[in-house]
Amino acid sequence: MTAKTLPTGACETCPVAKNATLIKLGLNVEGWDYVVALAGNPNTGKSTVFNALTGLRQHVGNWPGKTVARAEGGFLYKEKRFKLVDLPGTYSLLSTSVDEEVARDFILFGQPDVTVVVVDATRLERNLNLVLQILEITDKVVVCLNLMDEAKRHGLTVDARALSRDLGVPVIPAAARKGEGIPDLLQAISQVAQGEYVTRPHRIKSRDPKLARAVEKLALEVEAAFPGLPNARWVAMRLLEGDARIVEAVRTRELGNLSRGVQPQPVRREADVVLETMR
Amino acid sequence: MLEMTPHTLDMLKPGQAATVTALTCEGPDRRRLMDLGILPGTTIVAELTSPLGDPTAYLVRGALVALRREQARHICIAFIDGD
Repeated sequence: MTAKTLPTGACETCPVAKNATLIKLGLNVEGWDYVVALAGNPNTGKSTVFNALTGLRQHVGNWPGKTVARAEGGFLYKEKRFKLVDLPGTYSLLSTSVDEEVARDFILFGQPDVTVVVVDATRLERNLNLVLQILEITDKVVVCLNLMDEAKRHGLTVDARALSRDLGVPVIPAAARKGEGIPDLLQAISQVAQGEYVTRPHRIKSRDPKLARAVEKLALEVEAAFPGLPNARWVAMRLLEGDARIVEAVRTRELGNLSRGVQPQPVRREADVVLETMR
Repeated sequence: MLEMTPHTLDMLKPGQAATVTALTCEGPDRRRLMDLGILPGTTIVAELTSPLGDPTAYLVRGALVALRREQARHICIAFIDGD
């Protein structure tokens, strides 16, 4: 008997044994209840988390830029079907390179039910930039504090509870390659998806009222031009900033392709088809 | 006045450390540098130079970031003394 052997039996019915109800569905993503996006800086272990949850063997490599397009997989947890979308790594939603745009477009316009931001516990500071940007546009966020094993080896400790309090969303320490923290991550994803965990995302306050008025005014115009487009305020902000890429997307109406189909009922399915045909 | 022209990151030699004092570029270029963790006050160390001298890898907040000389020229620094 090794130290790793878990007791079975009574534990299976206990809510503490969260892993007991995980069924990895691999590529079978038919008829999902929730869509979960996996975002994060490059090389933080998104694909390892993806594989741990879906049972797939999406190529994992220790270099940035490995996941260029999105990969999809599924899992069943507590009788709910989740579709998991593994996105290319990105430092920011603002200054994106071409492969980072895949991630940005899905986070902003793909309307995932939950966005899991995988962060590198050993380089937390630089990873929080993306976390804060994502918290600005959605409150359905779970932060996965990955590479905790490496952090420990470097003598680093991270106060996940304090971080969770400051960010207003669940923060789950994990070492995905060893499977550590995956049960807690599953529970957090499920709770946020179903609204059992009500997040209070940290948002930057005290914006200039003049700017706020301009954003509101322009956002209405954006919504009128692109009915059903999520995050019109974000788009308005970029336009005011003079973001050339967004200005172009508005001018060519490419932005409309992202929102078309987001309107009809099975919201996410349509959005995905649209995103898929865009490339 | 000791310094009239500010030092910029491209003057940093491998092994030397500095503090970022300002970014002189604008728009997406400036945004990109900030997203990579390079802001006024950030400590930055030149680590490696490619054989042709460009780009150079810098240690920023625990990660190695490769920058071209053209980008480094837009990052004003103050040298950190010692070692």
